Amino acid sequence: MKLFALIGGGVIAHISRLGRASVFLYRVFLGGWQIFTRPSLLVHQIYAVGVLTLTIILVAGLFVGMVLSFQGYNTLVDFGAESSLGLMVALSLTRELGPVLAALLFAGRAGSALTAEIGLMKATQQLAGMEMMAVNPIERVVAPRFFAGFFSLTLLATLFTAVGVAGGHFIGVTVLGVDAGVFWSSMQEGVDFHDDIVSGIVKSIVFGFVVTWIAVFEGYDAVPTAEGVSRATTRTVVNASLAVLALDFILTSLMFGDV
Amino acid sequence: MAAKNSSGNDVLVEFRDVHFAYGDRPILKGVNLTIPRGKVTAILGPSGTGKTTLLNFIGGRLRPDHGDIIVDGLSVPRLRLKQLYALRRRMGMLFQSGALLTDINVFENIAFPVREHCRLPEPVLRNLVLLKLEMVGLRGARRLMPSELSGGMARRVALARAIVLDPMLVMYDEPFAGLDPISMAVIVKLIGEVNDALSISSVVVTHDVAEAYAIAHYMYLIADGQIIAQGTPEELQASQQVQVRQFMDGLPDGPVPYHYPAVAYEDDLLRGGLD
Amino acid sequence: MTQRQAMETWVGVFVVIGLAAFGVLALKVGNLSSADVADAYQIEARFDNIGGLKVRSRVTLSGVRIGRVKEIYVDSNDYRAVVILDIAGRYANLPADSTAVIQTAGILGEQYVALDPGGDESFLKDGDQIMLTQSALVLEDLIGKFLYNKSDSGEGK
Repeated sequence: MKLFALIGGGVIAHISRLGRASVFLYRVFLGGWQIFTRPSLLVHQIYAVGVLTLTIILVAGLFVGMVLSFQGYNTLVDFGAESSLGLMVALSLTRELGPVLAALLFAGRAGSALTAEIGLMKATQQLAGMEMMAVNPIERVVAPRFFAGFFSLTLLATLFTAVGVAGGHFIGVTVLGVDAGVFWSSMQEGVDFHDDIVSGIVKSIVFGFVVTWIAVFEGYDAVPTAEGVSRATTRTVVNASLAVLALDFILTSLMFGDV
Repeated sequence: MAAKNSSGNDVLVEFRDVHFAYGDRPILKGVNLTIPRGKVTAILGPSGTGKTTLLNFIGGRLRPDHGDIIVDGLSVPRLRLKQLYALRRRMGMLFQSGALLTDINVFENIAFPVREHCRLPEPVLRNLVLLKLEMVGLRGARRLMPSELSGGMARRVALARAIVLDPMLVMYDEPFAGLDPISMAVIVKLIGEVNDALSISSVVVTHDVAEAYAIAHYMYLIADGQIIAQGTPEELQASQQVQVRQFMDGLPDGPVPYHYPAVAYEDDLLRGGLD
Repeated sequence: MTQRQAMETWVGVFVVIGLAAFGVLALKVGNLSSADVADAYQIEARFDNIGGLKVRSRVTLSGVRIGRVKEIYVDSNDYRAVVILDIAGRYANLPADSTAVIQTAGILGEQYVALDPGGDESFLKDGDQIMLTQSALVLEDLIGKFLYNKSDSGEGK
């Protein structure tokens, strides 16, 4: 009996939390129009969320592309198919690794920072102070961060993919000696703009939406103490990463499942 | 300003039989009180008795389970969000922590509500902010970041911010807590000055009896979710009610018991650790 | 103010290189410039067996790509595979008696449709059907036939 009560209570707690997060999202969108009348707020947050995440994205993208090229070459050369190296590198990056790894890195770097920042503002009564100054913190604090995160991850994922292809080209062509023309033409022959590149971008838009939503909600919903904020930060990284992986599976089966 | 005159009387804030509970835990059990215009009203009481909750009701950040709160003729729990925000523009609140925005400096913190609500030319804004900073004696500190301020200075900056839009009401949440004697004296002086110079009304929520005596025109004593005594400082000083005396004189035991509710000590010992 | 300008500049740089990356992906990797078949018209070809042909496989004429496979389905009346081909508008002068052959790039490579022009005076129009087709070579069948012939001729000796 006690076990049932425990399970039931846990389920209800999760569902009510989801409901709270949805209402929160609705309020963010309701207040969202306001940021477009004040682009400076948005620019500030794109800097904090996007530009400051740029370094890790570029470095990670470059290395992932290079490793992919190495491993791919070693596998393909056994079948005499190293001419498909460019295709393999580009498809892996555009379809999966670009959006997914960029989103995971983004959750760790920018998502946790967003949660900590908003959570600390709540813990130090800055959000309450704004409310009492007749400034809606959802419009003033949350909405710019949400839209900036959403927008930034799309660009970051695209950059990750592009840098990854460059890294793959460097290893494949310059180091391993695959012909540059073959590398590019196999890529261009096999990668489709709509099916592969646009699908990857759609994925990164979905991931950006979910990761930023989780990050700002966890911050806004955090228990307003130092411990509460640190827990919320951990939850952001864990939940956002799991959400990205689960959504990636769903999106992949929707996009590529019927081919 | 029109609304201020329309209500006409001397009462700015009125609580009518307000009940409130956090979940199962009752906080307020039928509170009635009035806050007059132009005066400093102190609400005293032990920690955790819902004093800050009262301020949250005035600001509309919480809704009572039962009862009504009238501020300047408006029923706060029934206001729509837009009206509520319009009302809040005419209020200032000083939080215990100061609640300064940590990513901008002192000047920008005080300018923040002005920038959010009015479009003032930069020189006018600068004069306004400097005027308020001069009032709290921190004009020289305007380039400092909040992290560089002491607790007392942070509270003075927060006070300057609370009055920058010339509100009709300023609420102080534990303005004396955790301050050294000098800073405390400064805040006491400022609350009185601000109230008189700007002819606004003030509500001070505190558990510091001596400071409350020094500034208040009228006092309420709240305990266990109810108003247990009220009057001018002199009247409360003369009160012989035991609850009042316990709090005013700071006695460890009395109507507010020293012991947390428990079974009798002997019974607890005899049960031999079987909980 | 200068700090704010620096921030705005960085955001601007960020957006520009992000869009540039998108452009590179679209043009250089995805080959958007030649991926679509310009103002295409459709012709139909029926095969007994399409092997590994897929939607978006190439359609070539003399080895040059002139279109892509648009759609593949089975006609439930005669149980043959119907392949709809998108042919670029500039190749509007294909003779009506052209042949469509499913061929394989290399031995194990991907399959594509090779068109072989006939000699007819009239041209294929949008919605027309190619009458002469040759199905995909299925390697297993081929090996089977080869072994069968081999044993046949061996007995004949």
